[in-house]
Amino acid sequence: MSAALAAEQALNGLQLGLMLFLMAAGLTLVLGIMDTINLAHGSLYMTGAYLAAATYAAAGSFLVAVAAAVVGTALIGALLEMTVLRALYRRDHLSQVLATFAIILIANEAIRMTWGPQPLALPTPRALSGPVELLPGFLYPAWRLVLIAAGLGVAVLLFILVTYTRAGMRVRAGASNREMAEVMGVDVKRLFTVVFAIGAALCALAGALLGPLLAVQVGMGESILILAFVVVVIGGIGSIRGAFVGALLVGIVDTAGRALLVPALASIAIYVLMAAVLFWKPQGLFPARG
Amino acid sequence: MKTGSVALALALAMTSAHAADKVKVGFLSTLSGPGGALGVDIEDGFKLALKSTGNKLGGLPAELVVVDDQQNPDVAKQATDRLLKRDKVDLMTGIVFSNIMLAVGPTIFDAKTFYVSANAGPSQYAGAQCNPYFFNVAWQNDNLHEAVGKHVAEKGFKNVALVAPNYPAGKDALTGFKRYYNGKVADEIYTKLGQLDYAAELAQIRATKPDAVYIFLPGGMGINFIKQYAAAGLAKDVPLFGPGFSADEDVIRAAGDAMNGMYNASQWAHDLPNAENRKFVADFEREYGRLPSLYASQGYDAALLIDAAVRKVKGNLDDKEALRAALASADFKSVRGAFKFNRNHYPVQDYYLRVVEKDAKGRVTNRTVGTIFKDHADAYANECAMK
Amino acid sequence: MKVSLHTPAAGWWWAAVAAMLAAFPTIAANFGQEYYIGLATRMLVFGIAATSLNLLVGYGGMVSFGHAAFFGTGAYAVAALADRGVSAPWITWPLAMALAAMLALAIGAAALRTRGLYFIMITLAFAQMVFYLVVSVKTLGGDDGLSLAARGIGESALFYTALALAVLAACGLRRLANAGFGRALQGVRENEARMEAVGFPVLRIKLAAFTIAGAVAGLSGALLATLNGRAGPGLLDWPQSGQLLVMVILGGVGQRFGGFIGAAVLLAMEEVLSPYWVHWQLVLGIVLLAVVLRAPRGLAGMLARG
Repeated sequence: MSAALAAEQALNGLQLGLMLFLMAAGLTLVLGIMDTINLAHGSLYMTGAYLAAATYAAAGSFLVAVAAAVVGTALIGALLEMTVLRALYRRDHLSQVLATFAIILIANEAIRMTWGPQPLALPTPRALSGPVELLPGFLYPAWRLVLIAAGLGVAVLLFILVTYTRAGMRVRAGASNREMAEVMGVDVKRLFTVVFAIGAALCALAGALLGPLLAVQVGMGESILILAFVVVVIGGIGSIRGAFVGALLVGIVDTAGRALLVPALASIAIYVLMAAVLFWKPQGLFPARG
Repeated sequence: MKTGSVALALALAMTSAHAADKVKVGFLSTLSGPGGALGVDIEDGFKLALKSTGNKLGGLPAELVVVDDQQNPDVAKQATDRLLKRDKVDLMTGIVFSNIMLAVGPTIFDAKTFYVSANAGPSQYAGAQCNPYFFNVAWQNDNLHEAVGKHVAEKGFKNVALVAPNYPAGKDALTGFKRYYNGKVADEIYTKLGQLDYAAELAQIRATKPDAVYIFLPGGMGINFIKQYAAAGLAKDVPLFGPGFSADEDVIRAAGDAMNGMYNASQWAHDLPNAENRKFVADFEREYGRLPSLYASQGYDAALLIDAAVRKVKGNLDDKEALRAALASADFKSVRGAFKFNRNHYPVQDYYLRVVEKDAKGRVTNRTVGTIFKDHADAYANECAMK
Repeated sequence: MKVSLHTPAAGWWWAAVAAMLAAFPTIAANFGQEYYIGLATRMLVFGIAATSLNLLVGYGGMVSFGHAAFFGTGAYAVAALADRGVSAPWITWPLAMALAAMLALAIGAAALRTRGLYFIMITLAFAQMVFYLVVSVKTLGGDDGLSLAARGIGESALFYTALALAVLAACGLRRLANAGFGRALQGVRENEARMEAVGFPVLRIKLAAFTIAGAVAGLSGALLATLNGRAGPGLLDWPQSGQLLVMVILGGVGQRFGGFIGAAVLLAMEEVLSPYWVHWQLVLGIVLLAVVLRAPRGLAGMLARG
């Protein structure tokens, strides 16, 4: 493998990992703080992509489309949390699985009834639709660079938010010990809604940004949902740092697998990674609850 | 006079005892999930044809029972049982995917019910397992790959990279391509079924420096790949080829401008100049507000074939031998032009080269560029023992 | 809430249901509705599969998201044997069970060291490995699956066999749950640490349950392959695991007939709704959501109370 190819594959792994991070961050927080398995997380991603595509078709501006997707999905997420999810917090994981699975069905059909069964178009902004020459002879798609930048930006923002702000402190407190946080005066109800809405917003951002590269179609959430769960498990439940590291690991291992291994092995590379991590650290790399 | 009218009444009674009073067609297709758009297209085409015949098939009122197979062979099997045993349909059609076709085929043939395939063309039913009850008005799965392979070879491309998902249908597709392309294969890449991101594979392709790329990536996989191919800047330097069913209106609508310049082969295009096609395209646009895809054209032709066959047997659907002969004679005007069946009930037809580009109205769509094959038959017909 | 580890004997009305089912094929044939015999057989087969998962989830507290691996393996075993000319069910079905049991033993030994969400994901991972491996092998038919040349057993005979096996599964579940092993298993579900402290071989108990569940799932897979005349990779994929889990949760986790009720209701809804509305899954989703929110112990729990 030439140096240029290796460098390109490294960037690919990074980009895939960062997009998975956007998905996994919200998921791990919901799991860690609310102890809730939310299968509908993928549906929020799909909603974000659809809102972006629809807004783009109407407004013609990609920035407006992304903004609409993020805000719209965050609102939908908050609404979902206040109506359905709130009833599930005290329930066991299995009920949460069934309920959020039901939401997937409802979401898929609702989207299909609104926009039809055909995939929607969400084109890359013209200026960023081709490759960029990073070094002489080394081309890389401009849009993927945008994804890397966005992913890193969000990671830094989240890190600052969680580590240095009061709100972030409450989030961390809730993740490591919900009852104690409640007793200490944290407004748990509002915290949960905000956390869920942020998770939804991150999903929507991923959906909108990936829209130009991936098919915007009904059921697009389920395939990425599995990957997101793998990342959460590898990184450790409730930990954003874990989600970040886990996502990068999955992105790099998956890309390397596809570049270097036989197809049959490449398909299961990330599952082997997850099994290996769990054998070494049965609670993931950086579990919030230690 | 009395004897005459009695005789006439008897004669009428005898014929009406055989002729059916309506034609019940079981339409089983993928109408939901990621593959749903294709089934909906076939259904729209079929229903448009029914509209043009006054909702009649062969002069008899048509009843269409539409069922969704959810792209699940288990569900399809259940639905087929229901259509055959409870609804007692006379014919069946509609299936999009070959694995579903193979799952329900034996049940349909055992029930001595005719199946007119408007899409799925597995090689099994073209060769040794060919069946008198199976007819295909689309193509045998390999045909479109063969057509592109021939074109690529003729055009002088010598170093082609191939991409397909890692399952037998993917391998068969590339085998079909290589049946007519015998140049060098720069790289043969097999991806994961349902894979979303092709960055790694695209980097590999860029490194191997092929002079063309051929892909078989059905559904969402194709859309993803095409979008990412353009983003990687490869579309400008290395022409992309694919089979017609991966480069039609449904993919175009999702991939948009990223698809400009992609070549593909198909047995039909919406700009084919025959009169039936012009009517079909105009009617379809007026009825559904979009351009038809080849799936829609196949659904349309399936209905017309059934219509012609039922008319030929004068509604006598119980005479299976006569109905089979009527179907095999393919006495209808297809929107693709000349149409006839091979003895394995697969089409012998022309294949065209199409390119995706912006048309005069500013729409991204296919334009017919030339003819690749004339009266091309599939590679498995010799293994079929019929007729 | 006092937790009872005892599974009570079924009321008289389950015997009535069984009797009605026994008479079903004759009644159906009388009305010319033979199609429903096949449907009923399917419900019984999925009921057995869901019951095997219920043993794991409801009685053992182990939520497996990879049960499809055993279900599909049983189906493929039958199909592969038929491909080599062996189609007698009394040979192929036990072999299918054995193969599924071996796979369950292997996967369980590796996976049962984890717990909770981690266990869920590990079982999913192993099931996906099986799926991707099988789908890439040409001799197993790839995406097209493997067809059986001959069914080997008549339709009514298959229905009665499935019914008998279902009754056996339901009785077996109760016997197992009330026996020492079953009580220990439920004890592990309630408080694993305490069971370990008292001296129970927790890992071995869980592994035994996992293997038994896998074997029974393999049997139901074999039944399905015989019913459908084929085995396909969809039977190994994670949506299949999800469907089985939904059946268990819908029917009632840890409820003796939860698996059967869940399977019957889910398949019935699909049967009734899907021909009439292309967006029928919306109704299904709403119904499932309502059941979760209103009936915490599933439909079986609702029936038990009311």
